[in-house]
Amino acid sequence: MNMEVRNAQRPASQLDLSNGIPCTAQEPLLQIHDLRIEFRGKDETVVAVPGLSLDVMRGESYGLVGESGCGKSTTAMAILGYLGRTGAVTNGSIRFDGEELVGASPRQLRKVRGRRIAMVYQDPMSALNPVRTIGAQLAEVPRIHLGTGRAQALEMARAMLRDVRLPDAGDMLKRYPHQLSGGQQQRVVIAMALLARPSLLLLDEPTTGLDVTVEAAVLDLIAELRHRYQTSLLFISHNLGLIAESCDRLGIMYSGELVEEGATGEIFRRPRHPYTQGLIACIPDVDSDKHSRSLAAIPGHIPLPQERPQGCLFGPRCDGFVAGSCDRVDLKPDEVEPGHQVKCARWRDFSRREEAAVVVPDGDRDAGDAICLTNVTKLYGTSRGRSLKANEAVTFSVKEAEIVALVGESGCGKSTLARIVTGLDQATSGQIRLADRNIAELQARARPKKLLQSVQMIFQNPDSTLNPSHSAAFSIRRSLIKFGIRKGKAAVDRRVRELLEMVRLNPDLAERKPEQLSGGQKQRIAIARAFAADPSLIVADEPVSALDVSVQAAVVTLLLDIQRANKTTMLFISHDLALVRHVADKVVVMYLGKVMEQGTVAEIFGGAAHPYTQALLSSIRSTDPDRSKAAHIQLRGEMPSPVDVPRGCRFATRCHRKLGICEQEAPPLRRLSSSHEILCHIDPTAGQTVSDGATRSADITREPAND
Amino acid sequence: MTRFLCKRLIMMMVTMLCASFLVFAVCEFSPGSVARKSLGPFATQQQVDLLSKKLRATDPLPVRYSRWLGVLLGLIPDPLQAPDSGLNFNDPRGAQYFGNFGYSTLNKLPVNDVIWNRLKNTAVLAGLAFALIVPLSIIFGILSGLKEGGALDRFLSVICITFTSIPEFASGVFLVTLFVILWPLLPGTSQLDPGSGWSIPSQLVLPVAVLVIYDFGYVARMIRVSMIGVMERPFIRTAVLKGMNTRQVIFGHALRNAMIAPFTVLLLQINFLVSGVVVTELVFAYPGFGRLLLDASLFGDIATLEAATLVTVAIAVTTQLVGDLGYMLLDPRIRVK
Repeated sequence: MNMEVRNAQRPASQLDLSNGIPCTAQEPLLQIHDLRIEFRGKDETVVAVPGLSLDVMRGESYGLVGESGCGKSTTAMAILGYLGRTGAVTNGSIRFDGEELVGASPRQLRKVRGRRIAMVYQDPMSALNPVRTIGAQLAEVPRIHLGTGRAQALEMARAMLRDVRLPDAGDMLKRYPHQLSGGQQQRVVIAMALLARPSLLLLDEPTTGLDVTVEAAVLDLIAELRHRYQTSLLFISHNLGLIAESCDRLGIMYSGELVEEGATGEIFRRPRHPYTQGLIACIPDVDSDKHSRSLAAIPGHIPLPQERPQGCLFGPRCDGFVAGSCDRVDLKPDEVEPGHQVKCARWRDFSRREEAAVVVPDGDRDAGDAICLTNVTKLYGTSRGRSLKANEAVTFSVKEAEIVALVGESGCGKSTLARIVTGLDQATSGQIRLADRNIAELQARARPKKLLQSVQMIFQNPDSTLNPSHSAAFSIRRSLIKFGIRKGKAAVDRRVRELLEMVRLNPDLAERKPEQLSGGQKQRIAIARAFAADPSLIVADEPVSALDVSVQAAVVTLLLDIQRANKTTMLFISHDLALVRHVADKVVVMYLGKVMEQGTVAEIFGGAAHPYTQALLSSIRSTDPDRSKAAHIQLRGEMPSPVDVPRGCRFATRCHRKLGICEQEAPPLRRLSSSHEILCHIDPTAGQTVSDGATRSADITREPAND
Repeated sequence: MTRFLCKRLIMMMVTMLCASFLVFAVCEFSPGSVARKSLGPFATQQQVDLLSKKLRATDPLPVRYSRWLGVLLGLIPDPLQAPDSGLNFNDPRGAQYFGNFGYSTLNKLPVNDVIWNRLKNTAVLAGLAFALIVPLSIIFGILSGLKEGGALDRFLSVICITFTSIPEFASGVFLVTLFVILWPLLPGTSQLDPGSGWSIPSQLVLPVAVLVIYDFGYVARMIRVSMIGVMERPFIRTAVLKGMNTRQVIFGHALRNAMIAPFTVLLLQINFLVSGVVVTELVFAYPGFGRLLLDASLFGDIATLEAATLVTVAIAVTTQLVGDLGYMLLDPRIRVK
């Protein structure tokens, strides 16, 4: 059995006891006091962190949370004395284990870096040297710090790779970073950090960019290793929900200062600062969909360091701002109760904000199919006559004005499908019917203008999809002119303004260059561009995964509003299941090019029947610390190569409910309701107690055998 | 890997064939006939026509090209060496052998007697210069790329840019003024003649110096840019935060990455040094390959020109192959499986 079910959450109070460290450790391991970090340019000095104080106790896991640009990573770099040539700590102190790190000599710093304080980075691929083997990079750590010989260092590296659960550690040592998957690379980085047994581990967004299943596994691994090696953690993230389970205490950072600090449970149960409340409200959670709750975005954006307001820094974005009390210069943190501090003049006046509920009426579900995919298959020829199956017999349909989410891990073929629908690629076989035409093998350049116009795409990374040398409005304008949506300069300009207003951007931003816009603003431009053509179908490929959660909430809400107003059909590709729950009407779960399960949001999230969907769902981190935790299903191993698709069920190699037949025969398609179907040998109606939709008798349709 | 190498070798052959045909075609289409160029301006038109006929120069271009190729591969005897041609060309190696480049009309010698000696001279010059350019440019590039805009970077950059922007003839004349006229330490010409009273090594100093000064700054600038880019990469931060010192970071992590991009540029310098050093060779009257190429093309000595071209193209494609192999060695991401 390759199932591993563990109770991932331990009560916070037991954490300190469980690893034998006295909870009454008087001296904190890391003590940051009144830290001021400045970056000095030629003309001006930017104060990134004006005055930060926080303590990390021995054996504790401390979460530092805030939006991009709030100074959390800068603080981590300051701890390691790595601020570049322009950055400097100009005031305050960082005491680590009784030793002052501010102003430490390079020699002193080298003894701390990697040995006593180690770091896990955001993007593991770029954090590893591409031209050196994993073994060489790992062995360096004990060789520098512990003075071990080469052979012994490699042996330590091998043992550590086994500890981070990498298969075949000996072989792994000889590999290069590019030969590993993202999750494996991050395990290597974690192994590298832990090799010298540091007492403090800095984690800078260690799971951003990883798949949900991998993210869950990495977080579990960190939690486990932390106890085994008795390491304290400073966990940095923009996603409050993500680190809720991993941290004992949280510090909410805003524009370089802590606005609230307290035990994790306390912060979640009784958030006092309006910013903390906003951060919690903007996280999509798996219990509510778009018909019951709309994501509450925090209006505005974090002030630039040069533009910090007087008094409460959050004031300009706060609903409860009162002149006279909030803009006082002498605002001090206030103690709500022992260990829970908040920096807000009016925290007593705020109770937790109630979320706006039930806003969206359920749309008309009797509409006709807007796009219908039948047996879409895409093969890429590789060398020696073999082929890579990117998609195989994908069949589903999308009704008009409906949002269908395509979910699955990286490499499951969801983006290839998007490329085929938009005509960037062509299917090898199968049909895609859109407006009474088969567009499956029609590439964009062969499509008539009308068809091109009706299918538009929103891309994942707004930084790379906007041309840096053109103004923001350029692409919108070009779309309007190319498709002849508006004629004449005045009419085009008027429509550009309308579109910008539709995505709630100030029309004055139209002539700015992308580099002068924030990530959220850029994605709004991308949305305006997609809607400029008046499309009937939008393909959105991970449209918000590159954005901060708070910005993500705003962009998603906006996208849903526009979609509803225009009655646009949408294909929403995402790996974030909580978000999918919030956005979609229907969900299609893909694995290795094939649809494993599809159904309405209620069917999938209420009673997923396929083991793969169940595993995906169980990897969602809950934002509610009080909720009883379902056991995590950890998927073992990696997705098989799409060139060597397993013979029977393609998920069998990683399935935790595998039967004998799974490796031999392709599974049948079972229909659980008119909209819910799965591709699995296990009959959910036959007493396997998983699904509430399981009371219906399942219709079995034999899948055509694999060729 | 063997497959890759075979493929590349075949591609090299094809490239050389194409290049030789192009040179042949261009030469044939350039004004003046081969016969006229061979006989000189004072021959009568009758003589020229006679020779053209003897050379079968009136044949279509593809026929003549195939004939040249046949002579080179030793499949047919060289018609110019036939006793009845009246040209009195004769090669001690015979008229038909593999690698017969024909007869140089300029030097009145078999091409094989001319080019190899010249190539050897140039190889000595280029080899010495290259052996100095590589370490110098790496040291300068790495040091100035370490801290962009720092005092050391600015100092080294000034040296590199100044040296690169001085033309070879100017630095040649300047060095001659210094070391030949003001302090007569070195010879002013380098004909590689042992009887001139100067030892061969002393004759090589100035030409090598001119080449190094002209070329290393350019390569150093390339390495500098690459190094600056590498120093900003996150894995350098990883290395620093592992607790490594600057030396360990540079030699352990930065250097190899920084050499990937400039590696091609470095190898291209070999091509430049072999065929493009005409100016330096002229300044020092050095009997090198570049001068041979120049003279042959000015005179219209097609046989020599073809031979020299083939040699330079061979060197170019070989350095390219070495470059690709070196890339694979430096960067595991592009290794063939």
